[in-house]
Amino acid sequence: MLILRCPYCGICADETELTPGGEAHLTRFGPGSTDEDFEAYLFLRQNPKGVHIERWCHTCGCGKWFHAVRCTATLEIFGTYSAQNLRPPPDIIEAIKIRRPDWGGFHK
Amino acid sequence: MSERLAYGGRLIDRTCEISFTFNGREMKGYAGDTLASGLLANNQVLVGRSFKYHRPRGIVASGPEEPNALMNLGKGSTFEPNARATTTEIFDGLTARSQNHWPSLEFDVGAVNAIMPLAFPAGFYYKTFISPRAAWKHLYEPFIRKTAGLGDAPDAATRDADRYEYFYAHTDVMVVGGGIAGLAAARAAARSGVRVLVMEQSAHWGGRAPVDGASVDGKTADKWVKEGIDELSRMPNVRLRLRMMGTGIYDHGFALGYERLSDHKGAAGTLRHRLWHIRAGRIITATGAIERPLSFAGNDVPGVMLASAVRDYAVNYGVGVGKRVVVATNNDDAYRTALLLKDAKVEVPCIIDARPDPKGTLPEKARAAGIRILAGKAVSTAYGSKRLTSVGVCAQDSDGRKTAEFECDALAMSGGWSPVVHLWSHCGGKLTWDADRAMFRPDHDDLPPSGADGIGLVLAAGTADGEMRTAAVLENAHAAGLRAAGVIAFSDGAGTAAAEAPYDGPSGTDAGEAPMLPVWQMPARLSKKAMLKTWLDYQNDVKVSDVRLAAREGFESVEHTKRYTTLGMATDQGKLSNINGIAILADSLGADIPDVGTTTFRPPYQPVSMGVIAGEAHGTIFKPMRRSPMHDWIDANGGFWEPVADWRRPYCFRQPGESVRDAVTREILSVRENVGLLDASTLGKIIVKGPDAGKFLDMLYTNMMSTLKVGHCRYGLMCSENGFLSDDGVVARLDKDTFLCHTTSGGSDRIHAWMEEWLQTEWWDWKVYTVNVTEQYAQIGIVGPNARRVLEKMGTHMDLSAEALPFMAFGNGKIGGIKARLYRISFSGELSYEAAVPANQAMAFWEKALEAGVGFGITPYGTEALHVMRAEKGFIMIGDETDGTVIPQDLGLNRMISKKKDDFLGKRAQERSFMKDPNRWKLVGLETMDPQEVIPDGAYAVDGHLRHNGVRNMIGRITSTYYSPTLKRSVALGLVERGPDRMGEIITFTNPGGQEIEAKIVDPVFLDKEGARQNV
Repeated sequence: MLILRCPYCGICADETELTPGGEAHLTRFGPGSTDEDFEAYLFLRQNPKGVHIERWCHTCGCGKWFHAVRCTATLEIFGTYSAQNLRPPPDIIEAIKIRRPDWGGFHK
Repeated sequence: MSERLAYGGRLIDRTCEISFTFNGREMKGYAGDTLASGLLANNQVLVGRSFKYHRPRGIVASGPEEPNALMNLGKGSTFEPNARATTTEIFDGLTARSQNHWPSLEFDVGAVNAIMPLAFPAGFYYKTFISPRAAWKHLYEPFIRKTAGLGDAPDAATRDADRYEYFYAHTDVMVVGGGIAGLAAARAAARSGVRVLVMEQSAHWGGRAPVDGASVDGKTADKWVKEGIDELSRMPNVRLRLRMMGTGIYDHGFALGYERLSDHKGAAGTLRHRLWHIRAGRIITATGAIERPLSFAGNDVPGVMLASAVRDYAVNYGVGVGKRVVVATNNDDAYRTALLLKDAKVEVPCIIDARPDPKGTLPEKARAAGIRILAGKAVSTAYGSKRLTSVGVCAQDSDGRKTAEFECDALAMSGGWSPVVHLWSHCGGKLTWDADRAMFRPDHDDLPPSGADGIGLVLAAGTADGEMRTAAVLENAHAAGLRAAGVIAFSDGAGTAAAEAPYDGPSGTDAGEAPMLPVWQMPARLSKKAMLKTWLDYQNDVKVSDVRLAAREGFESVEHTKRYTTLGMATDQGKLSNINGIAILADSLGADIPDVGTTTFRPPYQPVSMGVIAGEAHGTIFKPMRRSPMHDWIDANGGFWEPVADWRRPYCFRQPGESVRDAVTREILSVRENVGLLDASTLGKIIVKGPDAGKFLDMLYTNMMSTLKVGHCRYGLMCSENGFLSDDGVVARLDKDTFLCHTTSGGSDRIHAWMEEWLQTEWWDWKVYTVNVTEQYAQIGIVGPNARRVLEKMGTHMDLSAEALPFMAFGNGKIGGIKARLYRISFSGELSYEAAVPANQAMAFWEKALEAGVGFGITPYGTEALHVMRAEKGFIMIGDETDGTVIPQDLGLNRMISKKKDDFLGKRAQERSFMKDPNRWKLVGLETMDPQEVIPDGAYAVDGHLRHNGVRNMIGRITSTYYSPTLKRSVALGLVERGPDRMGEIITFTNPGGQEIEAKIVDPVFLDKEGARQNV
């Protein structure tokens, strides 16, 4: 059972307090988009063994959505930050690079 | 015979005698005895029958690894099956019954299976009972179920007398195992000041070291353990728990501990078990090792036991397991058993040692004690049925020709030791094969199970880490304790690193041991005939022949072999059998043991009680129930409850002597003819407020909400981003910036979360605030031709005329003196109002409405009447007409899809070609040819064709189906391929177990198509 620190209320929350929301930083494609873009937005997800940026909601706490960066192989947590970001903040990127020097970086 | 020895027994109190019964026979034991030691002290070696062959079985082990001695314990409200005799402490009045035999333990009919072992090889059931198919359900399975199974199921009507609870704990370091390794690790960690929690599954600290004669810091292990516990128990940062098992380790240092508080007292009605939910910074597994049996013919005959268990019974309980005990081994450790028995005046005819030239301290001591050592020898066969009578000896390097035979009534065997790596593995810890010691041990070169900080979370310590000598065990455990406390770094450099300090942990000495010889079967060239009698898994009756057969049949993966043969799948989860089985599989495949690998270790380490899993969550607090303000009134007035999400709603209100169906019919006719009263409080109510609220709702609903006028209502549909219907409800505009969205009863939390998700993660710059007020307001429907009259009688200054308050409008005012918001909306097709009132005044409103309605025939009605009436009107219900694959267009709701909006959730998805397929199943009404016949819910429409796989081609299905008392005929809604284009066509519906039903496709609105009833 994971523990994640909610960046809003500062609580180290048990996974039972949280709702997972899958991959973070998706771009929404609506009417007018191509079938390929829409399919990718709706269905296609990364499934890396390693660094993964994902959405969580502190459902049984402050009710806020936030992002967490987690190693899917070791479950190491590199940091959490507000969902109202279009990309991970620089200090989180730095934290990942220190622990995973061969990480490919954030691309969007 | 087995009996109490004249002296010995460090764990029993010979001054305190205890009475217990086994199969009705009264027996005596001492305080401190386990049920197993008590039975052996009373010469009860035969304790059960095996699972498949019903072979006589005796006690093999002394701890949780015991495969045979499972008991039905207690009776009535304290009854429990499958209790292990080796981990059950006796108390006065304990009753135990053996399991898995009929008619008696001594004589068992099922033992006939054992006469024909060839007839029951691996996969027997898979291979034999395949056809005819129907016979499995009606013939084979009932028979197999009757003869198979372990303990009795508890009586269904009897309730457990005891209490169970959860307990939450946080600690820096958790230590599993209270042997010398666990205590050394705990002491090292605790002295640095961190919080330490130590748990030991048995009732005693110290583990095996006191039995095996190790010494620590120049003291006996017993003395060192006592001093260590004294020190730890004085430290405020340390918690010590006996009778508490480390059950499982999960992500990020979450762990479960299973504490047994009163099992040893036998007091019913007390707090019995406690499930600790622990968050630990680091976890040390000092769980020791388990001895392996040897694989020779007849190794399951009662009296054949693990050498370590024989030693435990003598040292801990003062019990000699036999008068003449032969020892068979491939290592030095078993010599301790021989020497001990000799000291206790038990005859030891010989030690059969597979090694060609046993030297070393212990064998020399045995020689000096005059014990005969047969080097390079093996057990050819153990003879006897209900009790061992003699042991045949052959050369280990042979095909089993017997060269000698020794009379004996017990055999102590040792095939080496396997570290208990279960907990290490639960969180992904890898194992490595140590060929010298013939064991899988924790692999420190691979990634350790990691915590949130990326540093090793689980540290194996002592024997559990593969160390077998006392000095190495203590050094290893001391270092693990320091690492876990953050005093020294991990071997890979992770964690805190302080300056290199000289070793200040405990030092240990023992007799020393010469290398063991891996022996996976006895003799080396075991004959095919002997393999049929050579057991690997005692509890599930898996033999060497079964594993070899599985390998021949192509089961190369150890996971497949396990499931095919059931090796290691019994309640002991292969604690004795797994490594031996893996070695036999490897040999059969010509592979190396590490290449075959182990099966997966999963929690729990040992079975835990069902009670403790439930904890306090049973009865009324199993799941909290949501109650409307009218709940108690409904309950007292014939409410026939049904669960709706977390709520209870009345299906109908039964009057005395009335059937459910009669009640529903009465309620419907009352609403249609007079007036009904409905508790609609469970509907979700969400306020959406802010300058961008209209824009936000336009994205959420398929139709336009921003154009809704203040004071008016609009029905809306919500879809997922995938285009499918997810919820519906009426939206009211309270003022320019404020909307009140109604959701389905089950949808309020989900839809509120859906709104928040979009507002927080996609449109976070929009100025919108949402709040769920579902429980703040009750909602009461007054429905039917007399609805207006009832409200007027209740007393209100509001103008309720059709002109002042038309359909789909709402007004604010007082009704019967209670502040209310009155919506003129209808889910029944009748003149209908829904009054939203503060929840705390809802009951007063309800009673005023009932009082005012007396002269108008007012009738409270339930959900079934509601459902029938909405179906009569062709109104859809989320969850009936929709199932996550239905789009609004399928339901003929195209008018609800705004063409003016550029975007809404689901719009892009509904543009996909499949969504526009003219052959989609679409909503229609269905009338059976026989008006009295009601089509079963979910029935499929078929067109008489067969699909390529032989299944009948389905062209539709029923989504709602009722008998309509209003129309005096059945009505149904369904989704049918091109349905709206096929009006008047008659199609066929399947009807499992009955005649197929024909129905005509009609308009889904059965009653009052023009809406004359509601527009008054």
